[in-house]
Amino acid sequence: MAAVHGDAHGHGHDDHHPSGIMRWITTTNHKDIGTMYLWFSFAMFLVGGTLAMGIRAELFQPGIQILEPELFNQFTTLHGLIMVFGAIMPAFVGFANWQVPLMIGAPDMAFARMNNWSFWLLPVAATLLVGSFFVPGGAAAGGWTFYPPLSTQGGLGVDLMIFSVHILGASSIMGSINIITTILNMRAPGMTLMKMPMFVWTWLITAYLLVLVMPVLAGVVTMLLTDRHFGTSFFNAAGGGDPVMFQHIFWFFGHPEVYIMILPSFGIVSEVIPTFSRKPLFGYSSMVYATASIAILSCVVWAHHMFTAGMPTVGQLFFMYATMLIAVPTGVKVFNWTATMWRGSMSFETPMLFSIGFIFLFVIGGFSGVICAIVPIDIQVQDTYYVIAHFHYVLVSGSLFALFAGAYYWIPKWTGRMYNETLGKWHFWLSMFFFNLTFFVQHFLGLAGMPRRIPDYNLQFADFNMISSIGAFGFGLTQLLFLYIMISTIRSGEKAPEKPWDGATTLEWTHLPTPAPYHSFEKPPIVK
Amino acid sequence: MRSKSVVTWAGVFALALYSSMAVGSKYNLPEPQSVIAKDIYDQHIVLLWICLVIFIGVFGVMFYSVLKHRKSLGYKAANFHHSTAVEIVWTIIPCLILVVMAWPATKTVIAMKDTSSPDMTIKATGYQWMWEYDYLQGEGEGISFFSKLSTPRAQIENKEPKGENYLLEVDNRVVVPVGKKVRVILTANDVLHAWWVPALGIKQDAIPGFIRDTWFTADKPGIYRGQCAELCGKDHGYMPIVVEVMEADEYTKWVTAQMNASAVKTSMHVENK
Repeated sequence: MAAVHGDAHGHGHDDHHPSGIMRWITTTNHKDIGTMYLWFSFAMFLVGGTLAMGIRAELFQPGIQILEPELFNQFTTLHGLIMVFGAIMPAFVGFANWQVPLMIGAPDMAFARMNNWSFWLLPVAATLLVGSFFVPGGAAAGGWTFYPPLSTQGGLGVDLMIFSVHILGASSIMGSINIITTILNMRAPGMTLMKMPMFVWTWLITAYLLVLVMPVLAGVVTMLLTDRHFGTSFFNAAGGGDPVMFQHIFWFFGHPEVYIMILPSFGIVSEVIPTFSRKPLFGYSSMVYATASIAILSCVVWAHHMFTAGMPTVGQLFFMYATMLIAVPTGVKVFNWTATMWRGSMSFETPMLFSIGFIFLFVIGGFSGVICAIVPIDIQVQDTYYVIAHFHYVLVSGSLFALFAGAYYWIPKWTGRMYNETLGKWHFWLSMFFFNLTFFVQHFLGLAGMPRRIPDYNLQFADFNMISSIGAFGFGLTQLLFLYIMISTIRSGEKAPEKPWDGATTLEWTHLPTPAPYHSFEKPPIVK
Repeated sequence: MRSKSVVTWAGVFALALYSSMAVGSKYNLPEPQSVIAKDIYDQHIVLLWICLVIFIGVFGVMFYSVLKHRKSLGYKAANFHHSTAVEIVWTIIPCLILVVMAWPATKTVIAMKDTSSPDMTIKATGYQWMWEYDYLQGEGEGISFFSKLSTPRAQIENKEPKGENYLLEVDNRVVVPVGKKVRVILTANDVLHAWWVPALGIKQDAIPGFIRDTWFTADKPGIYRGQCAELCGKDHGYMPIVVEVMEADEYTKWVTAQMNASAVKTSMHVENK
């Protein structure tokens, strides 16, 4: 991705930017910053993935072999935090940085300097998070949801995690404000809101969600911090507080958060499917409304994470119905994608494969989501491997597969080079196989009664755990293939044609050369 | 001939699927032992069937399209891109399906929440990392004991072969009579825990400083095992829950034995003073 700039120097105005490391530290160019976001998130993906390998290695057999229970808990906690805040979210912001200006015909992001700052906060936060493994007492071990009073008990690692979350939150808020401002103010003449590409729409809605909920997260971790060190009792019953209040506030952030991680992937898939079906997206306006409905509903369903915490019957019923309702707009999206493919003229390059894989597995995750929404069934599967399977189906084969689709789709535009199609297809099929091997059997584990977050288990769970671990190791190794494909594309990939995807219709393909120049759309295009 | 074999295979497939969902399978919820657990089990099966039908419908269409509408087959793309009527239809149908799902679930939620007029009440308190049980009301009132993992350390450290109930065995089981409505009151002493017995269809968080309650009525005598289901620190995986359901007369004997034992303990305690 860095290779974009080889011949771009001297193009455009004030192009005397520093070179070497200073270029990356001081850059305000949306493409540079997008590239840094993407590399950062991939690095964090590898760190989080390594932790996952540790977890699966310990669970390969019953008994304690590799990780003592305390360290195991640190691994599960940091795996969750790093994947959510370090890998998936920044990766989408990286896509937004690269693609939003290109797709709306803007020269850059609205707040270019703030953009630099919101990226450079991330390595600081990541250092705190990963570094917490090496402080006395080790990293936070209360789960990525860090429920008190358990998280009140932890050591310095918990404080580092809290500061890290503060910084990540600040970064996300700045990033979102930037994206909102860019989209609302810098669209090319003629591009009305209802002409925007779906990816831009989904990011606009996601950014609003982020601005809404990130301050809530910042608030709740601050309350936790003052409970830990300054004698407050927000979550301590002995001082008049309530541990369950933490869960309400956390999930008020946490549920929209899961849509923050999936809506932009809906956007990517909604770009890829029409391109490779050579047919316009079916039901564009209903897609926009469905996205907005999902975002609004996502703010009123948070307590479905807490059905076993105990709440009034009316509360349980309300959150059950509201949660089930989300299936409707989500279903509309899936039907629209299917209708887009129907009677298209499809070809199956890697981005398309990942997008179809996304729909296929995301729907399975959606089914288990509806099953989890039903309170009586959720009482059985809550905090079991069933839930682990459910959210990996929507987060890995959901968000991550869409990110892969987007990376293969746009890499020719970013670098001017084409990835190796054969290797790309291998990457897809291996990911598909190992992903299902890892996570499908976890549904059975959860139903049969295996709780999540345990380092050791009864013998009845042994065979599925072994299968799942083998799948996880395969999935982890497969992602190194992705790294290899991307590096070899950037270094020595074949030169990409001007328009590698004949079905693409968005501005970056129709109005810009390949690779996109360092400064693009200095004069806005006219959209009819 | 061909259609006959299709029907046969469809039958075999349906049977295989149904038997894979059969009671006691390791692919499904454990065999239900209470009314609520039975409701949950049945609703889960119904939902699986509904999901399967939707799955076949949606992906039947999608994969037909993937197979037939290919550029490599020379298929020319159509150019339709919206239809309000179709959008309305596929918004309303899911709503109707959801109503079908929500109706029985609502009834079960209301039943689960009804902890009124129990035959006996037991308080379970979560500790890092064990449970304490106090029989508060009903036959056995006054009984109180702790219940800890009894799996030897050597099994966990792989120095001895693991037993059948590895990590699911305790020193003192919670004993209850069959067919009686047992209300369980939950709280915790330190951090959050959750009291979960899958076969009885009950899971409830135990929250320090607060009281929550739930209930079950066991259908059959037997031993039902569960685990703490809320991360509670280092030994979260090592605080199982074992409920032993007895016939009424055996339960009475158990209560008498417990009462005598605690009387002996108390008198010894007094003498020592």
